[in-house]
Amino acid sequence: MKQNNLYNYIISIADNSLILAQRLGELCGHGPTLETDIAGTNISLDLIGQTRNYYQYAAKIQGEGKTEDDLAFLRLEREYKNVLLVEQPNDHFGFVMGRQYLFDVFHLLFMTEMLNSKDETLAAIAKKGIKEVSYHKRFSGDWVKRLGDGTEESNAKMQEAIDDLWVYTDELFDLTEADKAMIADGIGVDTSKLKELYYAEISELLKEANLTVPEGKYFTRGGKKGIHSEHMGYILSDLQYMQRTYPNMEW
Amino acid sequence: MALTQTVNIDQHLIPILEQVSDPEIPVLTVLDLGVIREAIEVDGVIKVKLTPTYSGCPAMDVIGDDLKAAFNPLGKSVEVELILSPAWSTDWISEAGLLKMEEYGIARPLSESADKEVLLGNAKKVICPQCKSTNTHLVSQFGSTACKALFKCDDCLEPFDYFKCLK
Ligand SMILES: [Zn+2]
Repeated sequence: MKQNNLYNYIISIADNSLILAQRLGELCGHGPTLETDIAGTNISLDLIGQTRNYYQYAAKIQGEGKTEDDLAFLRLEREYKNVLLVEQPNDHFGFVMGRQYLFDVFHLLFMTEMLNSKDETLAAIAKKGIKEVSYHKRFSGDWVKRLGDGTEESNAKMQEAIDDLWVYTDELFDLTEADKAMIADGIGVDTSKLKELYYAEISELLKEANLTVPEGKYFTRGGKKGIHSEHMGYILSDLQYMQRTYPNMEW
Repeated sequence: MALTQTVNIDQHLIPILEQVSDPEIPVLTVLDLGVIREAIEVDGVIKVKLTPTYSGCPAMDVIGDDLKAAFNPLGKSVEVELILSPAWSTDWISEAGLLKMEEYGIARPLSESADKEVLLGNAKKVICPQCKSTNTHLVSQFGSTACKALFKCDDCLEPFDYFKCLK
């Protein structure tokens, strides 16, 4: 049971990084400028690297002889435990940067806490990843500011993205059974304690960016329990296509 | 300055390890880059501990394969273990490696604080590898690989990669 909780815990963290990386990867060759295109794929690559470290560890704990690839490519939609935020589409660049920033702020707070995990592997992944994630946040935060504080149109688009994505933020702080068990063991991060810091930091940047902090109190959730938005199936069909069509193919 | 991290490498393996280079910056050997943290021979098997520069660095898989290929003609098998802790730092790149990197056209990492300034576009400190001017500016925080940012020299007008400081 204990190992099962640890496995579920790692999977939920890893899936956030994988699905966000997949969304960013969709923009490869389609970024608005060469620099932002390269940035998006670089961030994606960092996240995939972190995902691989998590999945390798999870596969080892699971002990069924599966590999990181099995976990990435061969699970069913309900078995992915990422938050709804990361699966939201790249409607326009404001959405891409808004989604990234709303996740990056959480991700950095999360990783900073995970440094203290009693689990050595998770602490090591955090130590490695934290440098990458702070760079991501600098980039996405700069763009939210630039767009918010830019032209009338860029401000409106950035505001639209923040307003639409806001409903997915509260789920970041939900605690599943696996979360609770891992927090009790000193392995997991108690994300419910990060909530205040998270909204304070984001509100400050939004104000600086000439954007309005959404006041809505309605939040939607489900991803952490495996209940995803309508976008998830499309993401997985892209992601899993090769392994489903040509099982065990390698290149 | 970061603490010097000790590496444990058997002396007799060094000439072979020197033949394995970073696939993305081929002038650097894996020893210059500081990604080999241990390389020892145990009962005829070469055991290597390799640490990635960045979590998603695709060069790591290639380096693992190249290490195996380098020892293969000697009839020796290689076991590569990827380790994450302690995390790799640009301080682990050797001075010889930094010089080769500059000659190759990549600016060397600055100190942590100076790195922050230049990546925020607040200071001109990165030295152009072509003409040695510091009249350079940031073009993109992300470059051709995860470890680099893109700069341009305002004197000789050449664009170039800057190896970001990582600590
Ligand atoms: Zn120059």
